[in-house]
Amino acid sequence: MRKRISLCLLSLLLIAFLILSTGGSCRLPSGVTVSADPASEVAGANAIDGSANVSDASDETSNSGSEADSSDTLPFSDDWDDYPYDEQYYSQLRGQGTSINFYNWGENIADGSDGFVDIISEFEALTDIRVYYTNFATNEELYAKLKSGAASYDVIVPSDYMVARMIKEDMLLPLNYENLPNVRYMDPAFMDPVYDPGSIYSLPYDWNTVGLIYNTKLVDEPPDSWGVLWDERYAGNILMFNNSRDAFGLTLKYLGYSLNTEDPDELREAAELLKQQKPLVQAYVMDQMFDKMENDEAAIATYYSGDALLIDNENIAIAIPKEGTNQFVDAVCIPAVAKNKLGAEMFINFLNEPTINAQNVEFIGYATANLAAYSLLDEELRSDPVLYPPQEVLDNSEMFINLSDETNLLLDQLWTEVMASNKNILSWGILPGATIFAIVAAKAWYRRKTALRHHYMTEDIL
Amino acid sequence: MKAKFAAAPYLLWAAFFIVIPFGLVAYYALTDLHGGFTLSNFAQSLRFAPVIGSSIWLAIIATAVCLLIAYPLAYLISRKSTGGQRTLVLLVMLPMWMSFLLRTYAWMTLLENNGVINRLFGLIGLGPFEMINTQGAVVLGMVYNYLPFMILPLYSVMTKIDQSLIEAASDLGCSPGQTLRQVVLPLSVPGIATGITMVFVPAVSTFVISVMLGGGSFMLIGDLIEMEFLGNAYNPHLGAALSIVLMVIILICMALTDMFSDPEEKEGLLL
Repeated sequence: MRKRISLCLLSLLLIAFLILSTGGSCRLPSGVTVSADPASEVAGANAIDGSANVSDASDETSNSGSEADSSDTLPFSDDWDDYPYDEQYYSQLRGQGTSINFYNWGENIADGSDGFVDIISEFEALTDIRVYYTNFATNEELYAKLKSGAASYDVIVPSDYMVARMIKEDMLLPLNYENLPNVRYMDPAFMDPVYDPGSIYSLPYDWNTVGLIYNTKLVDEPPDSWGVLWDERYAGNILMFNNSRDAFGLTLKYLGYSLNTEDPDELREAAELLKQQKPLVQAYVMDQMFDKMENDEAAIATYYSGDALLIDNENIAIAIPKEGTNQFVDAVCIPAVAKNKLGAEMFINFLNEPTINAQNVEFIGYATANLAAYSLLDEELRSDPVLYPPQEVLDNSEMFINLSDETNLLLDQLWTEVMASNKNILSWGILPGATIFAIVAAKAWYRRKTALRHHYMTEDIL
Repeated sequence: MKAKFAAAPYLLWAAFFIVIPFGLVAYYALTDLHGGFTLSNFAQSLRFAPVIGSSIWLAIIATAVCLLIAYPLAYLISRKSTGGQRTLVLLVMLPMWMSFLLRTYAWMTLLENNGVINRLFGLIGLGPFEMINTQGAVVLGMVYNYLPFMILPLYSVMTKIDQSLIEAASDLGCSPGQTLRQVVLPLSVPGIATGITMVFVPAVSTFVISVMLGGGSFMLIGDLIEMEFLGNAYNPHLGAALSIVLMVIILICMALTDMFSDPEEKEGLLL
């Protein structure tokens, strides 16, 4: 028997080893694409951008003719060769052995995979600044890390409302625009956001909207309103955000209120609506949405529009409701604990190099606020109504700002009420109470029984 | 003297990783956002009573189901030959070698409306049954993940029950039912108590299972605590207060199960 077990163990170990070794060799090639020469990178960038730009590079004269119509509506040149790096600017810290700590969302920067540029090694080669790259999963995690003071970062990428909160709590350093020449490419529409008036502390990294993701096979007509989430026809087929701010945001929009409202009555009204919706909702999910929508498990889901493009199901479509939506921005900032501010600013500037930025947003699947990078993108991406919704939709939309502590608390309480709704004391209190009572009673009975038995025993002996 | 010295590494460990963190949790629970003393965090956590109540209830069901499944199995294992016991215990432990998250994720694929089980039912013309996003699915996830914690303590206590005691009982005219009730059951009470504690404690504080298998609509106290630390609210003070409430619940549970084991029978209690 023991032999058989050890044989079992041995084969398991062997399988584990095989899996590990193949996994390792799969990962190897992605790390090999490190190049030190910036000039070759620009050429490389051309090749990456797809067929349209490859023909640009091979035949420059015909290019100006064929794309003249579209390019005069573009704010900047769409020629990848028009954006060389400013070598002098980027060599300021050369030879000093400096480094920066970059703290970003997971999978949120082009890393050399899928034929995209490896932004971090490109920057290291250009500037001789070492980049230490780490990831966070939620804004709150980033906030907690910085607040605890345990870690030092030079560049961080919080979302809009978290930028506002950090500004309020003096956790960010003002940007020095003299060190950020590439600000000239930024879309003016993003340069004075509600979360950071005057763009003193932050520059947009990417932006996107919240949308209705639906399966054309299961939904008859394209939805144009958040109201579809309260439509009885889709009972049991709706996936809703499992996060209070987003869920309340879209409900408030549906009711015609601001998604930054601090009015308790408006929030309560939204909570009522969410409670009414609960019987229709199949599940409250975040990233599990991908699997469920891919397998036709649900008809409608609420999520971030750019992510929906990643769902591997040909019937998936996205609508942005007429009531307006949440436009969210991830912004690059320098935290107050930064040790290498110049290096951080050079990195932020590098992220806004049009050639770099264009590849980065294409990789992460969100929209860019860098107009030069926008001009470099393929026509197909630029005209995508999901990535770059028409102006009237954006006019209707709002960005999140930080709410007061009281409102955050109320929001959370209301959200828990929604989650725990359809329950009264009968359904949640009686059963556990009765069980505990039964256990105590059983114990009393057991003790009495043993006592009696001992009593009989002593009687027998006597 | 010598014995005290030997305990020093653990005492250090306990001081750094148990006592100090607990002090921090208590500090957070008793202060407000500005650092002043307050009890309002506990008052607020009472507003979440439905969540706490349903967590306790689901954990109780899961524990009971675990006990019902595990008890006969543990008895059967303990009556096998030594080699057989070792193989069977290994089989019980086997699923635990894989990541807890991964196993729960697999249940998601199984239970889904277009999932594996419903497709099998579909082949014979039944269903589809609604299995995922129900309370039953949450309980199933708990039972599946924590069953070994019930089997192992039961087995380790039962394996010490001398076979000759059982033989003697039947010799003296006990029916199998009577043997079970009057010999095996009383002797295995410490194992039951340990098993209940070891299943109930993680089940009542679990947090991913309800999100993955319950569709997020059966919020448990673990989810609530996670939300306070990593959710939109970010209110570590309320989160700490909720953690202390959870600790009190667990303490009460342990006191309840502890009532059943007589002091001299406690050797099985810590496995």
